[in-house]
Amino acid sequence: MPVNTPPAAKAEVRDLSFFYGDFAALKNVSLDVAEHEVTALIGPSGCGKSTMLRCFNRMHDLYPGSRYAGEIRLQPDNVNLLGKDIDPVETRIRIGMVFQKPNPFPKTIFENVAYGLRILGEKRRSTIADKVEKSLRDAALWDEVKDRLDHLATSLSGGQQQRLCIARTLATEPEIVLFDEPTSALDPIATASIEELIIELKKQVTVLIVTHNMQQAGRISRYTAFMYLGELVEFGETEKIFTRPTKQQTENYITGRFG
Amino acid sequence: MALQTEQIRVLIARHKLRDVCFDLLGMFVLMIALLVLAALFVQLAIDGFERLNYDFFSNFPSRRAARAGILSAWVGSILVMLVTAMAAVPVGVAAGLWLEEYAPRNWLAEVIEINVTNLAGVPSIIYGLLALGLLVYQMGLGQSVLTAGLTLAMMILPVVIVATREAIRAVPQTIREAAYGLGATRWQVTRDHVLPYSLAGVLTGVIIGLSRAIGETAPIITIGALTFIAFLPPAPITATAPFVNFDWLFSPFTVMPIQMFNWVSRPDAAFHVSAAAAGVVLVAMTLTMNSLAIWLRFRARKRIKW
Repeated sequence: MPVNTPPAAKAEVRDLSFFYGDFAALKNVSLDVAEHEVTALIGPSGCGKSTMLRCFNRMHDLYPGSRYAGEIRLQPDNVNLLGKDIDPVETRIRIGMVFQKPNPFPKTIFENVAYGLRILGEKRRSTIADKVEKSLRDAALWDEVKDRLDHLATSLSGGQQQRLCIARTLATEPEIVLFDEPTSALDPIATASIEELIIELKKQVTVLIVTHNMQQAGRISRYTAFMYLGELVEFGETEKIFTRPTKQQTENYITGRFG
Repeated sequence: MALQTEQIRVLIARHKLRDVCFDLLGMFVLMIALLVLAALFVQLAIDGFERLNYDFFSNFPSRRAARAGILSAWVGSILVMLVTAMAAVPVGVAAGLWLEEYAPRNWLAEVIEINVTNLAGVPSIIYGLLALGLLVYQMGLGQSVLTAGLTLAMMILPVVIVATREAIRAVPQTIREAAYGLGATRWQVTRDHVLPYSLAGVLTGVIIGLSRAIGETAPIITIGALTFIAFLPPAPITATAPFVNFDWLFSPFTVMPIQMFNWVSRPDAAFHVSAAAAGVVLVAMTLTMNSLAIWLRFRARKRIKW
């Protein structure tokens, strides 16, 4: 398939397969995730897009019966994230994740953002306070919560909770942030603010996002991968995927004929 | 064939009748249960009322019913409960955490799981026999507060483990994933999230276990607790260094239900009044503990929502 090679790849996925027991949820997927860009994974339910996302931070390792094949090479140091010698904890420190449903800890707003720093052993209170403020600013939440950092995070609205989860992830300065349908539980206004935020974030981090919403992929991503039944059908610049797809399946999906 | 409006109404009326029948039946059955309990307590309170004064709490048992009190019994009950809690809580909570967060999902875990559930159904006197053989004779702990506390701890351990596991299971997986996603290790997730968020449920289980233990008589009699104790165990806190004293652990003791049992079995009816009064105190102790559990659960529900 003709792929415009991204300027610099932050992660190179090579022949990635993933199995739940005997079931192959991902089959020989290869693609490059461009640095400081937004790459979107789209496709119908069950196509493996979330499964693929969760390979990046080895989330599958939490559950028995999962097995990876192939490689995800993180650049520039060329580490294979799926390598047997790599501790999943290391991977998750380097690669952050924002989930489908906002999942703040039932702790204070401050503690939610500070938690990542604490598990990395940061003890200096001023450093923690500075980083919490910076992360909340980066997540466009600071002005709304600066006077109530000691309130419970669960008292925030859904959209605010999701931005808090983004701030929580940003606090430890990950290299890639994975978004798993981050707006599917939110209303259109909260969705718009999260989308704006993601576009803004690519200056700092590389973004990989799974979305059910094709318009969303069109609005925020530079590259799009269309997946179907665990296979990568088509991958390229978003504009091209949406206007001149080369595969019939892609065209059918984006024109709304199935999915 | 469409039903006529009239037929539909007849049908609904018939179905509604059954609805009302079950409603009334359920209420009736519940009332019977509650009334029996209330009648029992009121009877106890009426019988024991005249004995319920300060002296009753501050006197040791006596040959004369009018002067007999429950000082050694309630102090003994509290000390035994202390030992029980100190032993059952760490072990039970650790076991529950391990089973939920650490144990591999294989046949061994299943065997352990089934065993824990079954242990909850073992008659309490069996724990008494076990304690008599193991703690009193083999380990030489004697017929002491320590032996009684450990015996009851063994008995309530399954309750604590099951309650802990249920509380842990109520923590949503998405919260665990959020913590793991930040690079937390399994221990960090357990210590910083799973345990604190399930603490109220765990405490509820512990208190329910303890309120069951405080009324237990059979295993305590089996290990050979005395029924007539006219002295208190040495105080755990002393005025001189090192300020703590563990001699009370090895002291002979009695507990509330045994004191009651002793008075009930005497021929002199005056002692039956004392037994009733002790019963009121014991029920009050249990109800207080249960109320505490309910309050804790209520508070946690308000604070932690997912």
